[in-house]
Amino acid sequence: MFVEAVGKNTHLLVRQTRDVLALLVQTVYWVFVGPFRGKPVSRKGLFVQTVFAGVDSLVIVFFVNFFIGIVLAMQSAYQLEQLGATIYVAALVAVSVTREIGPVLTSLVIAGRVGAAITAEISTMKVTEQIEALETLSLNPVRYLVVPRFLALLMVLPCLVMMGDIIGMFGGYIVGVYNLGLGSGLYMDTTIEFLTVKDITTGLFKSAVFSMIISMIACYQGLSTEGGAEGVGRSTTQSVVTSFILIIIADAVLTAVFYFAKT
Amino acid sequence: MSDKKEIVISVKNLTKRFGSRTILSEVSLDIYEGETLVVMGGSGCGKSTFLRHLIGALRPDEGEVWMFGKNIAKADEMEMDEIRKQFGMLFQSGALFDSMTVGENIALPLREHTKLDENIIRIVIKLKLDLVGLRGFENLMPSQLSGGMKKRCGLARAIVMDPKIVFYDEPTAGLDPVMTGVIDKLTMDLTKKLNITSVVVTHDMGSVFRIANRIVMLHEGRVLEIGTPDEIRHSKNPIVQQFITGGAEGPISFVQSGEDYLEHLTEEIEI
Repeated sequence: MFVEAVGKNTHLLVRQTRDVLALLVQTVYWVFVGPFRGKPVSRKGLFVQTVFAGVDSLVIVFFVNFFIGIVLAMQSAYQLEQLGATIYVAALVAVSVTREIGPVLTSLVIAGRVGAAITAEISTMKVTEQIEALETLSLNPVRYLVVPRFLALLMVLPCLVMMGDIIGMFGGYIVGVYNLGLGSGLYMDTTIEFLTVKDITTGLFKSAVFSMIISMIACYQGLSTEGGAEGVGRSTTQSVVTSFILIIIADAVLTAVFYFAKT
Repeated sequence: MSDKKEIVISVKNLTKRFGSRTILSEVSLDIYEGETLVVMGGSGCGKSTFLRHLIGALRPDEGEVWMFGKNIAKADEMEMDEIRKQFGMLFQSGALFDSMTVGENIALPLREHTKLDENIIRIVIKLKLDLVGLRGFENLMPSQLSGGMKKRCGLARAIVMDPKIVFYDEPTAGLDPVMTGVIDKLTMDLTKKLNITSVVVTHDMGSVFRIANRIVMLHEGRVLEIGTPDEIRHSKNPIVQQFITGGAEGPISFVQSGEDYLEHLTEEIEI
């Protein structure tokens, strides 16, 4: 019984992984080959998705990063005070926000906000025959629905992470200057001294990978939905949960790679 | 009558299985240019599956589907795209894209597949909307329309590329009698005025005899009978007779015999 269940789930996992990768290959094909076949990405679709994924997410991304910056500064100050090294709060906040916390938390927020919306929309289209209608109109659903969402997230998420980084460090600055009594200039100098370009690019690279995870999982779950309203709900939950797990796993793997590569 | 007409769709020995269940078995059928062919049959007889094979959404396990001289059971994606531009499909719920207005829905195939001027596209939208009796609806969203209007918009979208064939999936299901009449009349008008071949899947007996030139009755995945409406009406086959008169008693069994029923009720009980 137990062995059977393990086998079944492994089989399912392998099949889903294969399908998601196949979707990724198709998406990349349409991104690069589509324009040469006279079928480029619809500019209007890309614009709508970029506004939805990017501009509309600004407030929540700022909100989360700002408070995380504050919490991070206070938490590290609590430890560093005992060593009399409170000034290093600036360095710690800067490096952990840009390398780790910023990309991961921003991506999780986007997976919850944008990924869920993508899955809900596409799966509703699936159960109301709209996907089939696209196909009978000779419009490839991957080109028409997946590619604009994929590109929009790929462009927008690194931008959001970059802005989130700044807001997060600003949160740390508020604590450092108004709570810990560090000088404003000193805090900024320390931040710049310890922060390297590599920290920022590492974070941005991670966020690009996370954006692909979010869009691919969300679109795959949407397109493979079956079974009416219940199916839409199930797919949306699955999409968010899977994205969360994969983002965390990918983060661990990438962090390990960058760590052992001694960047 | 139909001997002289050209065959547009030819289905040969179409067989489809889902797992161990055989949905369609060895269905063979020719569809002639300009005719209205109605595919009827009870729920679960495989008529929707049959239609999905004709539009290329499903591939047969065995057999061939020839359309415009190509076997679409083996066509690749590019060939299929070209074939699809020559037919339209009206889905059961209309399947309008609900993020777009009615006008954008109808214009979508034109904008994607042709290089027509935007002004001409506007005129075409108006023409097609007039044809289905929805003048001035182009700026409404699909959510603001009733079920019958959605179907008519879906029909306008299906014929916007001037297709040679239009497929209808239960066009009158869930509509009131007047709207059923309207949709039936539209189907007949299109066939007559534009010489469109229509393939209609339905189990609404009223519209079957109103619109059909020929009728195919599917039963348990097989072609039970093909004929003109008169031939079908006077068919000697008891299954066909039960279906068109809608009797509960007959060869299409709903009520089981007493012994079977007792066995079914007690099969999982241990005594």
